[in-house]
Amino acid sequence: MSVADLIEGQHVCICAGAGGVGKTTTSAAIAMGMAARGHKVAVLTIDPAKRLATSLGLSELANEERRIEPEIFARHGIEMRGELWAMMLDAKRTWDEMIDRRAPDARTRDAILGNRIYQQLSTAVAGTTEYMALERIYELHEEGRYDLLVLDTPPTRNALDFLEAPERLSRFIDSRSLQIFLRPGIFGVRAFGRGTGLVFGVLKRITGSDLLSDMSEFFGAFGDMAIGIRERASRVGELLSDPRTAFLLVTSPRRDAIDESIGFRRRLRELGIPFDGAIVNRVHEAAGVDGSAEGVESDLAALLGADLARKVAENFADYRRVAERDSLNVERLRRELGGEPLVRVPLFDDDVHDIGGLAHVCEHLFAGDAVTA
Amino acid sequence: MEGLLEKRLVVVAGKGGVGRTTVAAALGLASARRGKRTIVCEVARQERMSRAVRGEGVGFHETELAPRLFAISIDPERSLEEFLVDQVGSRRLAGVLFHNRIFEYLAAATPGLRELATMGKVWELAQLERRRRPDSPYDLVIVDMQATGHGLGALRTARTFGDVARVGPVRRRADMIDSFLRDSRQTGVVAVALPEEMPVAETIEFAGALHDQMGLELELTVMNAMLPERFGGAEAEAIERVDGEHGAPLVAAALRSALSEYHRAGAQREQLEQLRAGVESEVVTLPYLFEPDLGLDDWELLSHELEQRL
Repeated sequence: MSVADLIEGQHVCICAGAGGVGKTTTSAAIAMGMAARGHKVAVLTIDPAKRLATSLGLSELANEERRIEPEIFARHGIEMRGELWAMMLDAKRTWDEMIDRRAPDARTRDAILGNRIYQQLSTAVAGTTEYMALERIYELHEEGRYDLLVLDTPPTRNALDFLEAPERLSRFIDSRSLQIFLRPGIFGVRAFGRGTGLVFGVLKRITGSDLLSDMSEFFGAFGDMAIGIRERASRVGELLSDPRTAFLLVTSPRRDAIDESIGFRRRLRELGIPFDGAIVNRVHEAAGVDGSAEGVESDLAALLGADLARKVAENFADYRRVAERDSLNVERLRRELGGEPLVRVPLFDDDVHDIGGLAHVCEHLFAGDAVTA
Repeated sequence: MEGLLEKRLVVVAGKGGVGRTTVAAALGLASARRGKRTIVCEVARQERMSRAVRGEGVGFHETELAPRLFAISIDPERSLEEFLVDQVGSRRLAGVLFHNRIFEYLAAATPGLRELATMGKVWELAQLERRRRPDSPYDLVIVDMQATGHGLGALRTARTFGDVARVGPVRRRADMIDSFLRDSRQTGVVAVALPEEMPVAETIEFAGALHDQMGLELELTVMNAMLPERFGGAEAEAIERVDGEHGAPLVAAALRSALSEYHRAGAQREQLEQLRAGVESEVVTLPYLFEPDLGLDDWELLSHELEQRL
């Protein structure tokens, strides 16, 4: 089995995982591999390395997908039977566009876009990029122009933050109830229980009244749109657990990344989100390095002379230690997964930074025996 | 190093997986060795350092892990509650406030409030006069902090908040935190990078953002996990010549891993040059440790390495 079998027939493929494990590369490689098989695929990346972005033709943030020139694949000897499109998320613009679409009139739209609470919200608050990535995927999903959408999730501090992003936005929108307190002349204290008047007085004192008035203005303008956006957020959230959405966990064999992946897998289970497999990148492969190293140095000495042989043997011993560590960590993940699919991608000598490098990753992801249980 | 450890606060910043915890722990150990009462703050939920030392996290408690070296995991909710207690002057009233739905909404709706509370706790730890009289002050606070995306994340949060609230006690506190962070006599920022394209590019970007948005310069940049340069070009050629000649799988694997190391170490040196060209601060390297999992002993070792190289 290969990664193609894991996502064949799915509409969306979400690649989640901690930062620094090669998610962007993996998502781009999956998208490329599926496109090569004849599908029309779009990959949404968040923060790609510059050289990779350039090689995908993404020189700047652009909220629109761009098709990658078929000639580029030909140049690398790749047979491209489908189409590969790529885009880089501009979270702020996705927000602004959402407001623009939903605002009942230009005045409301401008009031929101110019509000300081909104401006901070759309750029500075944890979780908003995550939500906007999902929002954009949802939009493309509804438009239905692609066979498959691959989402490279943002580099969150904690991979779990991503899963909670829609819920967090909903919670935020719920806080529009504040509005009834903030508007002069409307008194809704009873709905919130005793002590609320007191609470409000204290809040006003410590946060300063202009924060509350900005908030009042924001939620006032936001008012009628809130219900629509909230409903949307919950549908976007449902995309995560849709049976046509494949959920892949990307990780590295380092202990902390594996720990986080195990936590992530458990959380998916609790949330009832279907899981389709784990991809472990940068594994120091232990294949061919089993057995006692005794005699290796003398064999090497016959080829290289004693000095160099000693260095090669030392290097080999170090390598084996790391390979051993990697294999123990991957084994821990495997036990957690039970029989669920797991793909190992070896550590490469070079960073992956162009189509050729992606093709190299594809060879591993799409090999007939890539998936082990 | 002396200059760095003379500050009140050292912020160790970098993306996930670059080894911030390692650098924070190594600096913490070096500081504690100099007789300084030192605390390392972890702000994400992971508590890597305390788990590695004690097998479990320490939570929101200042806990001594090694002589004079303390750790705390800063929980934003608890920090916020603590801040409220200080502001309203009554634990009971603060409790009522904290558990009120209106407050919950406000906390959810106010951009950056949780992040501000987290930085507020870091700031509080760095004060010579602590919020509670009996708490002893620290000579040095080290915070292990994720730098996010293109921005400075939590470092800039007090500034962000200042843009939201113009007046009031929260604003005043935010301003105090912000000016403390911007004061290079008190605060030093250390960036951690890995010798790969993406982390290097991000570190250079981070240094630029730090300058543009905070008016701060990096005190130090650490390139972590550098492979040793075991083989010279001529040696690599010699290995390449015999590669494939030997049938024994182990010998073949040894040759392959030597060549792989040669290529990777070379690529890492290129990244090191990129980093040196891209940041103003001194760049020191830490070696890649071929250990299964790093613990206190490894951090001690790296901490001595760091001292030597500075």
